[in-house]
Amino acid sequence: MKAIYGLYDDPDVAQRAFDGLRKAGAADADIVVISSEPFEEHAFSHRQKGAPLHLAAMCGGLAGVVGGYLLTSVTQRAWPLKTSGMPIVANWPNIIVIFELTMLGAILATVGTLLISARLFRRVPALYDTEVTNGYILVGVQAPASASTPQFASALEAAGQGRVKTID
Amino acid sequence: MSRTRNNPLADDLVRPLYHTSVWFYGVALALATVVLCGAAAWAYQIWYGIGVAGINWPVFWGFFLTNFVFWIGISHAGTLISAILRLVNARWRRPVTRCAEVITVFSLMIGAMFPLIHLGKPWLFFWLAPYPSSRELWPNFRSPLVWDFFAINTYLTGSLLFLLLPMIPDFALIRDRSTGWRKRIYGTLALGWRGTTKQWHQLEAGMQIMAVAIIPVAVSVHSIVSFDFSMATVPMWHSTIFGPYFVAGAIFSGIAALIIAMAVLRRTLHLEAYLHPVHFDNLSKLLLLMSLLWGYFVFSERLTVWYGNEPSEMAVFWATQRGAYAPLYWTMVVCNFVIPLTILSFKRLRKLPGILVASCGVLVGMWLERFLIIVPSLAHKQLPYSWGHYSPRPTEILIMIATFAAMTLLYMLFSKFVPIIAIWEMKVGNQRHPPVPVADEDEMAELWKARP
Repeated sequence: MKAIYGLYDDPDVAQRAFDGLRKAGAADADIVVISSEPFEEHAFSHRQKGAPLHLAAMCGGLAGVVGGYLLTSVTQRAWPLKTSGMPIVANWPNIIVIFELTMLGAILATVGTLLISARLFRRVPALYDTEVTNGYILVGVQAPASASTPQFASALEAAGQGRVKTID
Repeated sequence: MSRTRNNPLADDLVRPLYHTSVWFYGVALALATVVLCGAAAWAYQIWYGIGVAGINWPVFWGFFLTNFVFWIGISHAGTLISAILRLVNARWRRPVTRCAEVITVFSLMIGAMFPLIHLGKPWLFFWLAPYPSSRELWPNFRSPLVWDFFAINTYLTGSLLFLLLPMIPDFALIRDRSTGWRKRIYGTLALGWRGTTKQWHQLEAGMQIMAVAIIPVAVSVHSIVSFDFSMATVPMWHSTIFGPYFVAGAIFSGIAALIIAMAVLRRTLHLEAYLHPVHFDNLSKLLLLMSLLWGYFVFSERLTVWYGNEPSEMAVFWATQRGAYAPLYWTMVVCNFVIPLTILSFKRLRKLPGILVASCGVLVGMWLERFLIIVPSLAHKQLPYSWGHYSPRPTEILIMIATFAAMTLLYMLFSKFVPIIAIWEMKVGNQRHPPVPVADEDEMAELWKARP
């Protein structure tokens, strides 16, 4: 894996490094920013939003509604049980089971989508430095074109106090 | 501010994972012994039959169901409170959330065991699960016990994921700081987490959605537990107030359990720098609020029954007010209302020792409340010929004590393998927040303008 990156202990400096890489010609999608905590108030955090989890939750919920309805109403007809004067398909109690399965569907769909879209479990080697754990913010480009590497290095160095590293 | 200055925070919170005192092993061993005794008592009950327990006609629900309702109630400490605080973005929540969420998961697991213990033949539990069997019988979806199955499983799954998701970045932190077997285990648990902006965004968005989803599920769980009672025409059970009454009681006991757990963790893991008096003060105010709400529900329930003057209900009413169950009833009132109100209303008394006394009192009071909802009503059904009494047998008492030991043991072990306070959330809490730019201030002012 080939990469060039800088490690910064200040998010403002990391932001400058990010802006510098953009000016040096790096595409947004190629810039990697890694940190041990989210920085919601910095612009570098507001890109690559990932899959819309709320849509996944709604789809999961919908699947739960359908599954809950089929499980209760269809099976009640298939295996009819007479209980204290209640109808075979008793909608009021069924709502409880349908509700629980709706929420379960929404929760599982959210978590499943999150795990896939956040690219967890990935086997491909990815840019990382354990210094991130110590509070440093990694800003860099993975697999940069050889011609652009010197420009990226100067952009990362110009950002401010930090360490620039290269992986060949 | 230098981000790397946050390292002492991570050092402090990860330290309990690497250093274990002799005391820890001693206490863990003692608790494990109690848990084994409880397991032996359960094995004894399975071998000799459910007859060794004190439950008998007409009181078929005794200690086991009391403990079931109690532990499900305690589970409301965590995920529900954590989700609410997360949604309202309460900044003081950060050191509290994980301590709370763990309580939910373990107490749900323990609570869900009691219906199995109560079955007598736990190996037939699978009859409750929906599957096309050769008996051609399908679970009856009109039964509140089947609703319990769905509600508890949904809440347990949701709570477990709600606890696990924010632990992933902390697992990655421990992975990077460890070597050997720890690195392998935490590396697996971290699921390849790196901390890219996309991963953080997805995690935070996912937690917000989970928080929204988990609140109605939490409310539904204890409402459904209350339906186990209110769907039956047993005196003082068939009440429309039971749903909110149970939910309020669950949150009440949950907060008390959370305060006790936090106080113990603060002392044993030396977390004084993270669990501040303000956290206890805020939680104690919530506890006071729930105490008042509990008092309101009890009064509403009792007044309605007394005013109705229905003979079968009045038999239960008087049995608890001035009959055989009166000492337990008035102890419950003192523990749940008088002590919290007296201690927590005054700032001078609302210090950690006072808050702890009130919380312990609430746990005792809420256990008694569950007992008093179940047993006196079953012992005084509509026809006096079916009246009876219940007294617990050693098997039930031992199993109950073992569950308290199991909860403590599980909590202790968890705090040895996972930072009990979310490190990354604490780091976010320590971030400096730049002043709002002027353009944003104008935008906000525009938003607040009254519109025609």
